[in-house]
Amino acid sequence: MKDIKVLGPGCKRCVTTAEMVQTEADKLGVPVTIEKVTDYAAIAGYGIASTPGIVIDGKVVHAGGLPKSEDLARWLAA
Amino acid sequence: MSLSSITGHAPGAGPSTAKWIGSTVAALIIWGVVYSQLIPFSDWVVASTRVDPNSHLGEAISFFAYDTPKVLLLLTLVVFGMGVVRSFFSPEKTRALLAGKREGVGNVLAASLGIVTPFCSCSAVPLFIGFVSAGVPLGVTFSFLISAPMVNEVALGLLFGLVGWKVALTYLAFGLAVAIVSGWIIGRLHLEHWLEEWVRNIRSGAIDLPPEDLTVVDRIKAGIEAVKEIVGNVWPWIIAGIAVGAFIHGYVPSDLLATIMGRDAWWSVPAAVLIGIPMYSNAAGIIPVVEALITKGAALGTVLAFMMAVIALSLPEMIILRKVLSVKLIAVFVGVVGTGILAVGFLFNALFS
Repeated sequence: MKDIKVLGPGCKRCVTTAEMVQTEADKLGVPVTIEKVTDYAAIAGYGIASTPGIVIDGKVVHAGGLPKSEDLARWLAA
Repeated sequence: MSLSSITGHAPGAGPSTAKWIGSTVAALIIWGVVYSQLIPFSDWVVASTRVDPNSHLGEAISFFAYDTPKVLLLLTLVVFGMGVVRSFFSPEKTRALLAGKREGVGNVLAASLGIVTPFCSCSAVPLFIGFVSAGVPLGVTFSFLISAPMVNEVALGLLFGLVGWKVALTYLAFGLAVAIVSGWIIGRLHLEHWLEEWVRNIRSGAIDLPPEDLTVVDRIKAGIEAVKEIVGNVWPWIIAGIAVGAFIHGYVPSDLLATIMGRDAWWSVPAAVLIGIPMYSNAAGIIPVVEALITKGAALGTVLAFMMAVIALSLPEMIILRKVLSVKLIAVFVGVVGTGILAVGFLFNALFS
């Protein structure tokens, strides 16, 4: 089970990012839990400067803009 | 829109790099051909309505039929170009460049990077905290936060399209100057203790993201994405703005605005700034109106000040920033930036008479 956090204050892109992660995980058959982190202090604690951000098992893999689906597949497979 | 022709390729099909570059060049050529046909097109539109071209209505229609496609075309080009340029930058990279920089140099660098770094006002708060907590000085962070929304591709693209490249470059230069000087002053005032307390307590340190390997095709796609997102969002504003502009063109007497917004009325600059702050319009809606005002005798400096106040000192952005800044700090921010914009207005009116 991969623990995934989507960091973002609740903008449209953050919602889309969470959906993209879920879709890609379903496609690959990787079990995931997705949590949306919307608290500014919590987001800042991850050290990013742009949203949406993606954290997989405690490691920040992406910040700013929508992720590419091939990148998502790579991160989820790792 | 000419560029949308190249989005037709399915991204999953894996077209070769050459194919993408070829399509981009082809789209640019089509763009050029369409652009060169704008005057005949607007003449044709006016002729087909059978309105006297020299009447008020005729002038308004001609302005609308010529300016709408022209502005949309130029904006698409500028936004595409900026989208490609921005794929080389990210807020995290910019932060790494700015962290620990001294004030002065840092302010200049921050304001310049503000133009090319991808920025969305919904991301302003995480960006602010991310910068400050990673050791970017407060004043340098402000230089970035002032320049990023004010000197944006929509404003530059529209000014270029409607008013000309000289004014667009002037706006760029003065926008940068306001951002650099305002950030520097805020830095000198040492107002770190006016940040909200929880912001001061965050000591996260910057993270290093794994580098994203972007190919030429990825960058072209980034440009197309930018066009879809930005032009796709602002076109109704532009059309509304041009419609208002067309009305001003056709019906407002040409010397009316010279007395209210002309160079001789010194109070018009502060009035323009005060009116501009609570107004929230993106650059897309305001610039077509601005262009019409200029042709009706409004002074350029007054109009630039108005535009900068509308774009840089918007109420919604202050509400967002209130989450991290105390009211006192926001007041200083508005005061310093507002004074800078006033100075630009007066200077410009004095220089270009």
